[in-house]
Amino acid sequence: MKHLLSTADLSRADAVHVLDTAAEMAATQSREIKKLPTLRGRTVVNLFFEDSTRTRISFETAAKRLSADVINFSAKGSSVSKGESLKDTALTLQAMGADAVVCRHQASGAPHLLAHAGWLDAAVVNAGDGTHQHPTQALLDAFTLRRHLVGGAQGPTAGSGSDLAGLHVAVVGDVLHSRVARSNVSLLTTLGARVTLVAPPTLVPVGVEAWPCDVSYDFDGTLADGKPDAVMMLRVQRERMSGGGGFFPSPLEYSRAYGLDARRLATLPDHAIVMHPGPMNRGLEISADAADSPRAVIVEQVANGVAVRMAVLYLLLEGNR
Amino acid sequence: MSTTYLLRGVRPLGGDPADLLLQDGAIRRIEDTIDTDGLPEGTVVIEADGLVALPGLVDLHTHLREPGREDTETIASGTRAAAAGGFTAVHAMANTTPVADTAGVVEQVWRLGRDAGWVDVHPVGAVSVGLAGEQLAELGAMAHSAARVRVFSDDGKCVWDPVLMRRALEYVKAFDGVVAQHAQEPRLTEGAQMNEGVVSAEVGLQGWPAVAEEAIIARDVLLAEHVGSRLHVCHLSTAGSVELVRWAKGRGIDVTAEVTPHHLILTDELARGYDPRFKVNPPLRTQADVDAVREGLADGTIDIVATDHAPHAREDKDCEWAAAAFGMTGLETALSVVQQTMVDTGRMTWADVARVMSTNPARIGRIDTGEHAQGRPLEVGEPANLVLVDPAAVRTVDGAQQQTASVNTPFAGHELPGRVVATFLRGRATVLDGAPVETVGAAR
Amino acid sequence: MSHTDQGTRVPPEPHPANGANGSVVLGHAEIQRALTRIAHEIVERNKGVADVVLLGIPSRGVPLARRLAERLATIEPAGAPVGSLDVTMYRDDLRSHPTRAIGRTDVPGTGIDGKVVVLVDDVLYSGRTIRAALDALSDLGRPRAVQLAALVDRGHRELPIRADFVGKNLPTAHTERVRVRLTETDGEDAVLIESGEGTR
Repeated sequence: MKHLLSTADLSRADAVHVLDTAAEMAATQSREIKKLPTLRGRTVVNLFFEDSTRTRISFETAAKRLSADVINFSAKGSSVSKGESLKDTALTLQAMGADAVVCRHQASGAPHLLAHAGWLDAAVVNAGDGTHQHPTQALLDAFTLRRHLVGGAQGPTAGSGSDLAGLHVAVVGDVLHSRVARSNVSLLTTLGARVTLVAPPTLVPVGVEAWPCDVSYDFDGTLADGKPDAVMMLRVQRERMSGGGGFFPSPLEYSRAYGLDARRLATLPDHAIVMHPGPMNRGLEISADAADSPRAVIVEQVANGVAVRMAVLYLLLEGNR
Repeated sequence: MSTTYLLRGVRPLGGDPADLLLQDGAIRRIEDTIDTDGLPEGTVVIEADGLVALPGLVDLHTHLREPGREDTETIASGTRAAAAGGFTAVHAMANTTPVADTAGVVEQVWRLGRDAGWVDVHPVGAVSVGLAGEQLAELGAMAHSAARVRVFSDDGKCVWDPVLMRRALEYVKAFDGVVAQHAQEPRLTEGAQMNEGVVSAEVGLQGWPAVAEEAIIARDVLLAEHVGSRLHVCHLSTAGSVELVRWAKGRGIDVTAEVTPHHLILTDELARGYDPRFKVNPPLRTQADVDAVREGLADGTIDIVATDHAPHAREDKDCEWAAAAFGMTGLETALSVVQQTMVDTGRMTWADVARVMSTNPARIGRIDTGEHAQGRPLEVGEPANLVLVDPAAVRTVDGAQQQTASVNTPFAGHELPGRVVATFLRGRATVLDGAPVETVGAAR
Repeated sequence: MSHTDQGTRVPPEPHPANGANGSVVLGHAEIQRALTRIAHEIVERNKGVADVVLLGIPSRGVPLARRLAERLATIEPAGAPVGSLDVTMYRDDLRSHPTRAIGRTDVPGTGIDGKVVVLVDDVLYSGRTIRAALDALSDLGRPRAVQLAALVDRGHRELPIRADFVGKNLPTAHTERVRVRLTETDGEDAVLIESGEGTR
């Protein structure tokens, strides 16, 4: 593995290997001394063209726990139409000797370009590109699912070696604009899970029929008939979603049909968990009851994000240099 | 006194070999064998065994970028590229800076084309002032200028306002003009990056749905029918558009349609690599669409192939897909793509190629008569506008080796069949031995 | 993934080796005897097993540590806790090696602070694995003492490290490979020397 650009590039064995590595990383994070010397002398650049404090902090923590040097390069001003070009930024990072570049960009495909345009030798990690992919989010989601729902054990290494065969995951919300949904559909199905996307028809992309998942417009029906083992709520951007030419009539109508509230929470199977990639819109896609319920593993997802990103940086940077 | 050329053993329209004599700007003789005895001193004999002779190609849709973006193409470099691609006339689109929406700008383009001397340059006039889609440009003034504009287009933008479109269609009837519509419903394509479908859903690039093209074509053919006007549909790209044009023609509506070479061969699968060389408007579509436009071209539903040659600066293609400019170059690869997709597959003959790349575009642009007539048959007495093609040649495309000033060809590294060996503009060689004749511009 | 000391890594094989290109230097009985002897030496050195914690280094050090623990329990019924210590993330050769899977670190509930940790590995070679293990240990706690038990010591040390307990000293050439096979991981007990020529 030279880059991590899309979960669609991962085989089942690759994905299980990342999760198993993440499990061992997670185990080290309960120690008093959390820092490992593994990537001493390596330089990881967080190249963020789009604000995402939580993702950047997660990658930064992961890199630092592995003793890498971390450089945060916030290129927010460099939108696609102004400022320094991606190419010049890449050449700069190359000159600085970056070993890995963690790239968040509002343009789909920007990390792919960084990896393949020949500007840069570094390993490229896609930290979210446009409406394309967010592979480390999907990996941390898969890791969280496995930890809770596979193998029956508890603890960081629960489910090691296993995939997600037999699980049913409902992914609910703005699928159209969601890189998290795209990454999860390919990763979770590669790992043997069944995925049902639930959204109003306006928030489902044309062309979804080629995806290896089911699509439903009926959240209640999916909960009743599908008995999902996990419900993953996607963030809905309130401001751009409703109003003239919007994707649904009003936030209220959206929550009524697609929000996870106390009533819907109560219909979930006992073992089912509630996930959200964050940041949440409480009261829109998820109610406070659901977000704060014992089934919610939302805070744990954040912790698992560090372990998964440690695993990804380790697997990309060790060897073959 | 211009050079006399004797072309030996050429195959006019791919037919039986013959000798052609080009003298004083016209085709003087076509015979099985022409003896050199009695020909003027200095007659140049070109041994052209096996080469196919076609009437000089006419492009109804070229972006020459001058005035305004001379860094990407000039009228001189673009027309030189056109000659290298076998063209003897091009229509220069109006979306320059300033926009070609006045008699002054179109005359400037026309003069620069004439001075360059590579091909006839026919400026396209803008339909609306500044391509803004609000107010009709001075269509009559452009029509009656020295440039004699007959084709009007806001290409790059759609004439979206149905009333403005209706008025334009009606107004150009006064001088037998035609409105060439860039069919793109603007609201359905806000922020659009590529064809909307399976690939866009996966790669996360905003979709440009086929219906945004088809809805405008449907409206425009009905408008053309209602007001009894002539309509030309630029670069149609979808199976549905072919169906609509077929239906309109069946109804007797005076509509013509064009397809670009790239829509005959490339698909949206190419967007998976996020290489902006494949970003174009209208976008590359699916294989089913490619099959449909090939069929439409073969059965005459689509009248012409036009390049939509769109040079762009390197930095506008060496970037994120969403930041990149739409468009690809095409003048020097068009004939090869048509050969590969239509001739070598048995869908069309070379005579058909002459029809869709010379006769029909000249007729639509109303440049098929008069002193500088284009798209004429290869017959004695006709202007000596012709191109010699070696259909057996195979070449690997290299953007840096092309005549156009820009390198954004989608075919870089591709092997394409066919090579333009020579081009003649009214008896004067603009290309010989596959290379532009350097004295062309200087001769004037 | 097979993990022995640096330079002796061999690809896992689907079937037990028949020694076709290697000679068996220790068989099942010799291995068992060596472990029994080491167990006695551990008890003797530490005057019992009261504070002893056995930590095997994955992968083959782990079953060896378990076997030692069984023997210690027969000598001193209180026995000694056993665990595993993965050193992958502490290695100094990560850049030059292909992907190494990370093994399990499993420290017994007693912890290691103030204990006598006996590291257990199959082959002692350059000493770099043990150097990494010492670093890993120091991140986990502060043992009173650290001792090292190796089934085979094949020489060629690159660091000032020596084993406290050795099953068998095995003089080898650099070009040779020492392969340890254990019933738990490989289906049989054997230590083989293979000539480096023609093998990976």
